[in-house]
Amino acid sequence: MFTVLFRIILLVVTVGALAGCAGLEPWVKPYERANLATEVMKFDRNPVSDAYLNHVYEAREGARGASGSSGGGCGCN
Amino acid sequence: MRPGYLTSLLLLTGLAAGSLHAQVLPEERADILYHSYDGGGVKITGPSFLARANVGDKVSLSSNYYVDSISSASIDVLSYASPYDEERKELSLGADFIVGEAVVSAGYTNSDENDFEARTAYLGISQEIFGGLTTVKLGFAKGKDTVGQVTDPLFSEDADRRIYRLGVSQVMTKNLVVNFDFEGVSDEGYLNNPYRQVRFLDPMDARGYRFQQEVYPNTRSSSALAVTGRYFVDINSAVYGGARVYDDTWGINAWNAQAGYTYRWRDRWLFDLSFRHYDQSAADFYSDLFPFQDAQNFLGRDKEISTYTTQTVKLDITYELLPNGWGIAERGTANLSLARIMFDYDDFRDILTGGAVGDEPLYSFDADVLQFYLSFWF
Repeated sequence: MFTVLFRIILLVVTVGALAGCAGLEPWVKPYERANLATEVMKFDRNPVSDAYLNHVYEAREGARGASGSSGGGCGCN
Repeated sequence: MRPGYLTSLLLLTGLAAGSLHAQVLPEERADILYHSYDGGGVKITGPSFLARANVGDKVSLSSNYYVDSISSASIDVLSYASPYDEERKELSLGADFIVGEAVVSAGYTNSDENDFEARTAYLGISQEIFGGLTTVKLGFAKGKDTVGQVTDPLFSEDADRRIYRLGVSQVMTKNLVVNFDFEGVSDEGYLNNPYRQVRFLDPMDARGYRFQQEVYPNTRSSSALAVTGRYFVDINSAVYGGARVYDDTWGINAWNAQAGYTYRWRDRWLFDLSFRHYDQSAADFYSDLFPFQDAQNFLGRDKEISTYTTQTVKLDITYELLPNGWGIAERGTANLSLARIMFDYDDFRDILTGGAVGDEPLYSFDADVLQFYLSFWF
């Protein structure tokens, strides 16, 4: 699954990159992005809090990764 | 992952150079946080300090100091050991550089406990393409753990870790942004917990079972793929959600999904309510009760590799302290985050409550997670 997932993402990026070379125009113009810049639309509004909660999950769940946290011990026994 | 994949991705990022977009450095800020986790006989509290500042207009430096003060009387500890207290300190240093049209990030994290040390170095690159509609991020981290044992000063084992990350953030419409994140992790070395035990049937014992040291494989590879999105409802509110799938070579399969709502009230208040569900299957070598001693080559009874679900309900409240700035601070917020995580195990039994061997009640517990923090932007 590791390899399959990675190939899917590689394909998506490849198509995207080639589309970029073909001169694909941005379909949302810079002046249309005001909504995306508002406070309520920020993904990383609270980085220190998000990092802490991701650490809590990674210490107590078997799954890991793709959640924006970093390494370290857990104190989870 | 073969090294060729990473090279290919770097080349592809370069291929899109015809539609590059200028990058900006992260915001300069400082955060002071107090955290508390209380559940399952474990209480962990401590502070976290984050500071990020720019040097010129091309470099941003960051540092994070984090402490866990742990007091543990968990079900594992009470089953075959004694309650303990310990402290973990973590220091992270990072730098982001604008190089041409990309942001290059590098960092180092050191985590220290009295019987465990983890060191991780990180390198990443981020680039906007398609006029800023797409942001591609690549990352690689290498970590090394040194595992000790307080009861045996001579005990020392190592484990190495490699982490590969790929992320794509895509502006879909003027109201919707979607992120795709992949992370592959491979470990090699001593992956056991030197204190943790598994139990096995022993009719000759008064309890009907005994314990022996767990035995884990010395390699593990995992992959996780996540999709998250955020949708603009109006100037004061947004909805968001996401899902992640995970599997690894230990046989653990997991998925989680979350959804939330962010709402600004009367300019100075921001509320965020979210719900998360997590579901995982057990590792191939997990058992709550093995039929006899050394029943198989790998033995695990850690509840984190068992079959279980968790549900999280979380409320975040932010209050704008300094809407007009104060001194060198452009703005500041006070924040409170409250979460309850409910753990329900399907094949991990609560052996402290008694009952017929192998037929004890299934274990479950709730954990309360509290964070209070102040954030300032400069």
